[in-house]
Amino acid sequence: MDDVLETTINTLAVGGLYALIALGYTLVYGILRFINFAHSDVVAWGGWLALSIAGVFGWTAAGGAPAIAVPVVLVLTMAVCAAMGVTIERLAYRPLRKAPRLNVLITAIGVSLLLQNVGILDGVFGNKPDTIRPLLANSVLGEVGAVQLRLYDLMTIAVTIALVVGLERLVYGTRMGRAMRAVSHDERTAALMGIDVNRVITVTFAIGSALAAAGGILFALRNDLRLTADASWVLLGLKAFVAAVVGGIGNVRGAAAGALLIAFVEVFVHRYVGAVFADKPWVSQLQDIYVFGILILVLLFKPSGLLGKAAVEKV
Amino acid sequence: MSDRAGKTLSERVGALRPNPVVNTGLSLAPFVVAFALAMVVDTVVGPLVGATWTEILLDVGIAILLAGSLNVVNGYAGQFSLGHAGFMLLGGYAAAWLTFYGSMKFFGTWEPVGGFLGSGQLLFLGGCMLGGLVAAVFGVVVGLPSLRLRGDYLAIVTLGFGEIARVLGQITARQPKNVEQVAERSWWDLADNLGGAEGFSQIPNYTRLFFVYLFVFILLILAYRLKYSSKGRALLAVRENEIAAEAMGIDTTRAKVSAFVMSAFFAGIGGALYAHRVGVLKPTELGFQKSIDLVIIVVIGGMGSITGVVLGAAILVILPELFREFSEYRMIAYALALVAVMLLRPQGIMGVKELWETSWWRKGVARLRGGKRGGA
Repeated sequence: MDDVLETTINTLAVGGLYALIALGYTLVYGILRFINFAHSDVVAWGGWLALSIAGVFGWTAAGGAPAIAVPVVLVLTMAVCAAMGVTIERLAYRPLRKAPRLNVLITAIGVSLLLQNVGILDGVFGNKPDTIRPLLANSVLGEVGAVQLRLYDLMTIAVTIALVVGLERLVYGTRMGRAMRAVSHDERTAALMGIDVNRVITVTFAIGSALAAAGGILFALRNDLRLTADASWVLLGLKAFVAAVVGGIGNVRGAAAGALLIAFVEVFVHRYVGAVFADKPWVSQLQDIYVFGILILVLLFKPSGLLGKAAVEKV
Repeated sequence: MSDRAGKTLSERVGALRPNPVVNTGLSLAPFVVAFALAMVVDTVVGPLVGATWTEILLDVGIAILLAGSLNVVNGYAGQFSLGHAGFMLLGGYAAAWLTFYGSMKFFGTWEPVGGFLGSGQLLFLGGCMLGGLVAAVFGVVVGLPSLRLRGDYLAIVTLGFGEIARVLGQITARQPKNVEQVAERSWWDLADNLGGAEGFSQIPNYTRLFFVYLFVFILLILAYRLKYSSKGRALLAVRENEIAAEAMGIDTTRAKVSAFVMSAFFAGIGGALYAHRVGVLKPTELGFQKSIDLVIIVVIGGMGSITGVVLGAAILVILPELFREFSEYRMIAYALALVAVMLLRPQGIMGVKELWETSWWRKGVARLRGGKRGGA
């Protein structure tokens, strides 16, 4: 029982992380219909920028960070990354608004490579791994049975719930949200109704990148900061993207649901299937295969995703 | 009318059929031509340019093979694939399995043996074919989902396939490296021993200009003949508008799957050549990033243009070589160039045209002809 509880908490923490990143993919896809490959690099930059910002305040030494450190760094990094996302959209994607989507995709890959390789320059973040773990004393808040409730896990879950609920309110409860949904539904008609499409896209990128920054920080608090050019960021982005697709891309609730499903498969199934086949050690290395296998199955049987609406094809 | 009268229907139909001897000869022509051209590259161009450029030419050839094969599915049929490195990996593994364990079993060493087209190189050619065939089988497997999915969703499925291939490669078992261990186990038994995450190493270094350019020329000739055949036009029609193509009587399913199979076959061969060039086949190096690299070559060269892909592959392999000393800034320049090309010339270097279809080429030819006429 303790084991199940521990795995559940783990699933929620990992799922929250994926959800934050998946939302960025899903928002951009919903409005511009292209896969923003540079998103995972904004996540990576979020983690590293958090380190730089913490450095400015002198919070990088072990034990030197006050309790307020994480919220302050989180908010500042999200703001910086939002500005970064808006700039990328303005410079690289907006000129291609009318171009074939494959071109936008290649441009996104170009931006991604740029961010990766600028990040490892000496003057930027450097080419040695680092860590922002000192920001958060990983204290145990309490125990349920034999299971420790760690601050990190609970914080991840809390931050995710707060941001996802906030986003949900924004998309379904404000004028801006209605404009976003209108542009996603039909850009031309939305523009005819007096919606400033460019402004909506700017806001979308700002929100997506801010959420990516939050995801990057939470990821970096759990794992060490790998180089911005490291493949692990791309894999993290890919999994979050898979979550967005599985949930139904373009759908906010879908992204959260997909993220939970992917995390469930990765953590839960991995934990228990691995235990059943304990004599075959390679079974425990299959978690990436489960994730991409689910992706292929969902796409084959319900291409619009679990919560997505089937698109009617017009001739 | 009069000479029809004496013949039966079957005789008349028979007369319309092309001569089987001539026909077979014409079908074999691309392979003969490719063989001759590859000999020229190997014996004349190779020694002429020296060792460093021979190495670069090898990389260029492999890049042409891989990007050219991707061009069939991506440029012709318009099916966006992000998992091409997966085919490469499968082909590389199949070929490395045959040549490494074959060398150990037959020759008792993993080093290359035999001279030109000797036993070792024949084993290697068999490996290339096996690699191509294994990849082609998976081409069917990946091509089938394309019947249900379009555009981005297909791209995502191919991406998933590529990642699964990579992970499967990473969990394969250890590779036995001495002759006795290999000899006492059967071929089938060794099929799982592909080196895992450390990679399949000690792959005999058989890749040389001849083999690379043999397959490059075969691919280029086949791609050229495909583009201007009814089958190729069917693919182009699917790319432009699938519903309209279907209404015109094109079997879109068949067209798409056959494009995937042909593409996968040559990607598998490309993977085999790559494996026997670098000597170590690491699954992590043939992941998502490699697939992206290949897509970039196709898009920069011009989707659907054979000469464009050749140019794109040459430029994208040679330029980074030239700027090797600026290693830190090389990738930044590459990324900026990528964005710049997409902003300034979104259709790629060649667009959908071939070299001989561009206006400046035609003008040049016209001037040459005009000049000759003036002189005569």
